[in-house]
Amino acid sequence: MDFFQVLQIIIPSMIFLAAPLIFTALGGVYSERSGVVNIGLEGLMVIGAFSSVVFNLTFADTFGALTPWLSLLVAIAAGVIFSILHAVASITFKADHTVSGVALNFLAVGLSLFLVKIMYDKGETDRVAEGFHKVDIPLLKDIPVIGPLFFTDAYYTSYVAIAVAVLAWYVLFNTPFGLRLRSVGEHPMAADTMGINVTKMRYIGVLISGGFGGFGGAVFALTVTGYFGHTTISGQGFMALAAMIFGKWHPIGALGAALFFGFAQSLSIVGSGLPFFKEIPNVYLLIAPYVLTILALTGFIGRADAPKASGLHYEKGKR
Amino acid sequence: MKKRKFGLALSLVLAAGTMLGACGKKEESNGSVGGKKEAFTVGMVTDVGGVEDKSFNQSAWEGLTAFGKDNGLKQGKNGYHYLQSKQDSDYITNLNTLARQDFDLVYGIGFLMKDAVTKVSEQRKDTKFAIVDEVVENSNVASITFKEHEGSFLVGVVAGLTTKSNKVGFIGGVQMPLIEKFEAGFKAGVMSVNPKAEVLQKYTGNFDKPADGRATADSMIKSGADVIFHAAGGTGEGMIEEVNSVKQKDPNKAVWAIGVDKDQAYLAPEAVLTSMVKRVDLAVADVAKKAKEGNFPGGEKIEYGLDQSGVGIAETKDNLSDDVLKAVEEWTAKIKSGEVKVPSTPAELKNFK
Repeated sequence: MDFFQVLQIIIPSMIFLAAPLIFTALGGVYSERSGVVNIGLEGLMVIGAFSSVVFNLTFADTFGALTPWLSLLVAIAAGVIFSILHAVASITFKADHTVSGVALNFLAVGLSLFLVKIMYDKGETDRVAEGFHKVDIPLLKDIPVIGPLFFTDAYYTSYVAIAVAVLAWYVLFNTPFGLRLRSVGEHPMAADTMGINVTKMRYIGVLISGGFGGFGGAVFALTVTGYFGHTTISGQGFMALAAMIFGKWHPIGALGAALFFGFAQSLSIVGSGLPFFKEIPNVYLLIAPYVLTILALTGFIGRADAPKASGLHYEKGKR
Repeated sequence: MKKRKFGLALSLVLAAGTMLGACGKKEESNGSVGGKKEAFTVGMVTDVGGVEDKSFNQSAWEGLTAFGKDNGLKQGKNGYHYLQSKQDSDYITNLNTLARQDFDLVYGIGFLMKDAVTKVSEQRKDTKFAIVDEVVENSNVASITFKEHEGSFLVGVVAGLTTKSNKVGFIGGVQMPLIEKFEAGFKAGVMSVNPKAEVLQKYTGNFDKPADGRATADSMIKSGADVIFHAAGGTGEGMIEEVNSVKQKDPNKAVWAIGVDKDQAYLAPEAVLTSMVKRVDLAVADVAKKAKEGNFPGGEKIEYGLDQSGVGIAETKDNLSDDVLKAVEEWTAKIKSGEVKVPSTPAELKNFK
């Protein structure tokens, strides 16, 4: 197997594995940039996965091939609604952000499984009829070198993920809205003095993160597993959280980090079939993603500073 | 102390009840079970796969359900019942809960529960336990195991005869003796009918990561494999999903998935060639029946193989050619007669022919 063939295996599966993480990590960025720690990303993914699968199962006959896309929208809505809980608890009632986020995680798993049990009278849903399938992008797939690597055997959602990451970066760093959002996360008092409604901005940050979390969960459910059960989302939310920190609370950084995680995971899976990795015992390949992550976090990215007011409550007039 | 005596008395009464009940079978068979502890009750604890894992947990539950229906039991605490484990730490709690609810026979489903069953069965000597896929050497535990290598051998024969590229794949979950039985049997089967074929293999290190299964299958297919067998639970379902999506994209592409534990054809009827089935349901119902009749095989290890129909290939045979089916029959006969001894470990595989 030559090198190009190896890349042809690794790169599509890297992008495929990274897509759900990208969305969710972006959610984390928006929430934390506004000053609210959101450890509930995992729970938001669960809600997204659950609602998208249920919608898909229920309306597959009505909407046909359009169903998976509509399911994604439903998942975003569900994520936004669910994240209101976090926003109310941590912003209005000034509860500890971490505690509220953990509560979100527990609630999401319990609630969604309970509902599955009630609706379908079993522990997990059936397989969705209309999921996302692999596609070759017409025209682009014929570009030499790049075509086979990036535009064959891909999912549309992966491109959406990358496009959305760039959009998220633009909004956060090049619009007045983004500046306001960042300012309430860095120095809410100064922002308040300038007439920015801190509470409102933080609510918006959390709700956006809810939408992204739901989206990420839905993408995972519809591209990878195809059904919803208690093992569907297991730890991806926390990986997204890590990707966000790894990416220094920056949308493009988060995108890169998620792709890096995908790459490491893909390498560990594909590795044993490759000529120069064949001699390495399987166990080292399996731990490679985690070792690479630790190395990258400690060695290469330097200081990772959270937004200054992240996790702190803002009380008017308090010094 | 008092409690224990009471318990003893109760179980004596119960034992008498079942014996007498057996005499009056005709009347009892269609009468519903009303009061507490009149019937022989069975419960099971799933491992983290959950009761609808489309694999051995589900199969075990089907067996238990069939047993319950045959004996006029109702689902619930006074009949047949299951508890689902969400994480490893739930095993002991769940087993204890069922034992405390006075179930006569409590199953721990899956090798993951070995330690939990060992511990709880030592603490609750009055309850009968059974474990699937592992051996626990306590006198109140029956150990149900299967000759997975024999079933895997048959699907190996199928794979070896079906492959056109002479490359087949095997995806295992965690590398350990149980899963190595599948690997050894499968490889031996492929080797026996198609010595030229190469087996690509990969242990993903987990049973619950469909994403890993998909990526692994993707890399195997791109490396030229055209038939892939898995023994990796949920991870392996990802493999089937991947093969299916390859076929959705290009229906003429000859790639096949081979399912495991249950007939997995329903997951993707066009992509699943066959499945190596493990009749956990038969075994579970069989042990329950024995226990009910008072022949509980406590402390014993029962092995269900090809000859007891404990393993085999799936009912769905739409994608198999007649030649392949004939070959499967021939090899089945050879294994049953003892002419071929299927290797159950990689070490035995080396000495196989």
